[in-house]
Amino acid sequence: MTNWLGGKKGTKRTGPIISASTLKNTFDRRSVVIGTIQGGIGVLLAARMGYLAIAENEKYRLESESNRVNLSLIPPRRGWILDRNDAPLASNRADFRVDVIPGRLNDPDATIDQIGELLSLNPARIADLKTKIEASSGYQPVEVASGLNYEEFAALSVRLPDMQGVVPQRGFSRFYPTASSVGHLIGYVGPANAEEYAEEERNPLLVTPGYKIGKDGLEKEFEQDLRGIPGARRVEVTASGRIVRDLETREDIQGEPVRLTIDGPLQDYAARRIGLESGSVVVMDCESGDILCMASMPSFDPNSFSDGIGSVEYAMLREDQRVPLRNKVLKGLYPPGSTVKPMHCMAFLKAGISPNETISCAGGRRIGNRFFNCWSNHGTVDMAKAIYQSCDSYFYHFAQQIGFDAVADMAKLTGMGEEFPLPVISQFYGTVPTPDWKLNKFGRPWEPFDTVNASIGQGYYLASPLQLAVTSARLATGKHVMPRLTMNTKPKGFNQVDFPSDHVAYIREAMSDVVNGPGTAGRGRLPFPDIKMAGKTGTAQVVSLSISDGRSGPWKYRDHGLFTFFAPVDKPRYAGAVVIEHGGGSGAAYPIARDVMTFMFDPAKGLEALNALERQWGGTAQQRLEARYAAYAAERGETVIAPPRRDEDIFDRVEAEARVAAEQSQEIADEFVAPRSDPTAAGTPPPNAGLPTTRDGDAE
Amino acid sequence: MSSVVPAPIARQPWGMLIPLFMLVAFGAAVLYSAAGGSMTPFASSHLIRFSVFLVMAAVITSLPREFVRLMTYPAYLVVLILLVAVEAMGALRGGSQRWLDLGFMVLQPSELMKPVIVVTLAQFYSTLPVGMITGWRALLLPGAIIAVPMAMVLMQPDLGTSLAIAFGGAVVMLLAGLPLRWFVIGGAAAIVATPLAFFFGLKEYQQRRVMTMFDPEADALGAGYHITQSKIAIGSGGLFGKGFNNGSQSHLNYLPEPHTDFVFATMAEEWGLVGGLFVIAVFSIILRWGLKVARESRDRFASLLAAGMVATIFFYIAVNLLMVMGMAPVVGIPLPFMSHGGSSMLTNMICLGVLMMVNRWNRNAPRGGLSG
Repeated sequence: MTNWLGGKKGTKRTGPIISASTLKNTFDRRSVVIGTIQGGIGVLLAARMGYLAIAENEKYRLESESNRVNLSLIPPRRGWILDRNDAPLASNRADFRVDVIPGRLNDPDATIDQIGELLSLNPARIADLKTKIEASSGYQPVEVASGLNYEEFAALSVRLPDMQGVVPQRGFSRFYPTASSVGHLIGYVGPANAEEYAEEERNPLLVTPGYKIGKDGLEKEFEQDLRGIPGARRVEVTASGRIVRDLETREDIQGEPVRLTIDGPLQDYAARRIGLESGSVVVMDCESGDILCMASMPSFDPNSFSDGIGSVEYAMLREDQRVPLRNKVLKGLYPPGSTVKPMHCMAFLKAGISPNETISCAGGRRIGNRFFNCWSNHGTVDMAKAIYQSCDSYFYHFAQQIGFDAVADMAKLTGMGEEFPLPVISQFYGTVPTPDWKLNKFGRPWEPFDTVNASIGQGYYLASPLQLAVTSARLATGKHVMPRLTMNTKPKGFNQVDFPSDHVAYIREAMSDVVNGPGTAGRGRLPFPDIKMAGKTGTAQVVSLSISDGRSGPWKYRDHGLFTFFAPVDKPRYAGAVVIEHGGGSGAAYPIARDVMTFMFDPAKGLEALNALERQWGGTAQQRLEARYAAYAAERGETVIAPPRRDEDIFDRVEAEARVAAEQSQEIADEFVAPRSDPTAAGTPPPNAGLPTTRDGDAE
Repeated sequence: MSSVVPAPIARQPWGMLIPLFMLVAFGAAVLYSAAGGSMTPFASSHLIRFSVFLVMAAVITSLPREFVRLMTYPAYLVVLILLVAVEAMGALRGGSQRWLDLGFMVLQPSELMKPVIVVTLAQFYSTLPVGMITGWRALLLPGAIIAVPMAMVLMQPDLGTSLAIAFGGAVVMLLAGLPLRWFVIGGAAAIVATPLAFFFGLKEYQQRRVMTMFDPEADALGAGYHITQSKIAIGSGGLFGKGFNNGSQSHLNYLPEPHTDFVFATMAEEWGLVGGLFVIAVFSIILRWGLKVARESRDRFASLLAAGMVATIFFYIAVNLLMVMGMAPVVGIPLPFMSHGGSSMLTNMICLGVLMMVNRWNRNAPRGGLSG
């Protein structure tokens, strides 16, 4: 090589030979080489281009198409959740939404601040968003705000040129007209998290901006029915994601509606009627088993959760000792107290005890070698009086006589400890204590005082409000009524007769006397001449007498107030239960049942009573929730702790706490639980109900 | 030539000029498409600049040899001062500024340095006594002549232009007859120095660009984006392309810089392999003509000058095309006569003007000229 290029070593030694002509020679030879190299590179380029354009044409053509055409899913409109009269409990609202694509934001913080200012988002929401955007992965859109009106949308749209990575969209958002009244029942929707995405085999729909799945309650349970089929849109897009034109569109198919047995107005009424208290109301239709209402309050507003649970909101709900995140109908367990007495009487009747057989209550009764107090001195007591006067001695005596196993069998037959086949995420099924159960669980034998405790619904006894309502329906009808929550399930249990009609009639009458006769709930009478409500009061102790008298002192030590009921007495149509946590006694519960039943038969009359109360309380439940939120955010907005990142963690924690709370009352079951004077309700609403503490004054 | 055509016109190197005009017109068409089907802002200014610089090239063509030789060193000094001036102005304004605003275009002095370095070295070697060509003096001073502007441009920092300056200078040195083993040693030293320079000399973004060349898909949305999109544009064009004004890569902004550095990809998407071969063919014609001019000259100054100019144009073409096809790192070097941009058009038209000037000298004093 070097030889013909004229640069070989010899050249240097023969230096003098270098002349103009040898240089010219060198130039010529070398320029040929350079020309050849240039030609070679030219050929290389042509070959490379041929390779790209011919051999790999297919591949690059596809890539070019996938650049140009963007297939975007149109999130299907979610199916509605309807009440029994087809009124929507959850519907969709056409609105505008703003997403940001974190990877395209030049200055995320500044952009969020700017959007926040335009849409007047509150500072806590802005802080949440910044955290979320920081943690998000590049090009996955993050929802900034939804439910915008047209003016806000327009204000944002005109500023788009300076706001790269901000994407305003039209869409639908979930809307719950009765807001917090249905929070626990319906649940809420939210964007899918990473696990849900993986669980559904990376279904691209789940990560489509603005698409939300059910996160709790019925929204989660009926997810697949409600979801629908996504539409698709093929659009030509620029590199920055701007849509140039539509190529092809397939409409979405809306999800199936789910029809519930719930009576929407009743649900809302009951939720609002609970007022400042913490509690639940269940109403069932005795003729079909339809659950007409399962209200649990205080609650959260599912409308605001669909944007994600804000940290201020979470902190506020979390600090409230009335645990607004817990569905108390299904996950509140309470000692049923005296509400079990009619059902226990049914057990005595079944065991052959005549209703006319009397015992003498001397302010208590000796069982074995120990004297157990009754809440009052009732003198001579037969079965009816034992129910309407709620005499404890009677139950100490006959439970001891027939043995508690027989009583427990009856309890289980009427729905205590039963898990119902309902489409709910989870339900607690409580405890019906028996000697075997106690030995298994605690390794201690059953003592006489256990029978005494259990015979009046204390001790280890635990039931949920739903179970109390079912028990009430079964006692009222004598049939094995099974609750149902959706219209497309068949009513069940009506062909199974649990109790003979004379037993049923006797118990009905005694329960009617509780309200309409010389009983413990005299102020629970319905304001109708022709419709009577029957019921049974209950007061459940949660701590021993040495800690609290159950009526005053710290809210969480106060007695639960319970009331089970059915109406009308002569031909029961509705049955239900009201449980007011720490209400101080059953007096907190039965006025609610009375008003709910009043509303059932005469809505105008019911609302009249409620409106008067709500004026004292400072608005409807939803208005109070909003006011509280605003006050809390103003006061504490800066110092709240961030909520867990996954909604599931929040509800797992709520559930775990619910279990602990449920077992609280069992802690005092080691001892005889001296019963309280039953019909009283005392004390004030929980301290952090946060608004003027005026009570309805019914309960004295 | 036939007598119908006037002699001054018939004299022109039409074999090169006609393909050049076709290329520029083709470039204007591509720029028309890159602007979304509009003459403004790219295509019309492209044509106007070409026309203006064609006049300038004609002026250069008419320059006498002695004048050029006389002006060489002063020109070198002026451009060097300009380089220092923009550097100083940039420092004063607290940013890096590489250009002077001339009103109708912005001028980068570093661009001017590319042809000027070639003239300067051609002048140096043509005046160097023949016997000294193998001595150290033949290396040292030209080395300094190249190194100073290179260093200035590197400081800007503009790796592409400084390499172009080095390349033009090196080709002139090679053709001047410097001992080949110097180039072998230099090449070996460069191979050793490259990794060192890569890891210690280059800025992080430059390193990434180089790494990207080897695996563009590794970071398809980051540094590899340019190359990936450029290959998609070229590859999706196929044999005949997607048709004029139908390139989706360029029209939907997937292709970065569709009117400057990646104009070839814009073209290839719409005109396919056929268009690409046409462009490569025209460049071959121009470069071959240039080398022929260089070889035909008996004048050592003129032949070195011409060959150096060819090398400068070639460097633009080769690096740009290798880059858009994913075989060279992304360095900001436009494609001559097609990319929209005043500075590169200026440089390339100076080179072309010089080539036509040498061609004229050849005609006036054919083979076996006076000096050597």
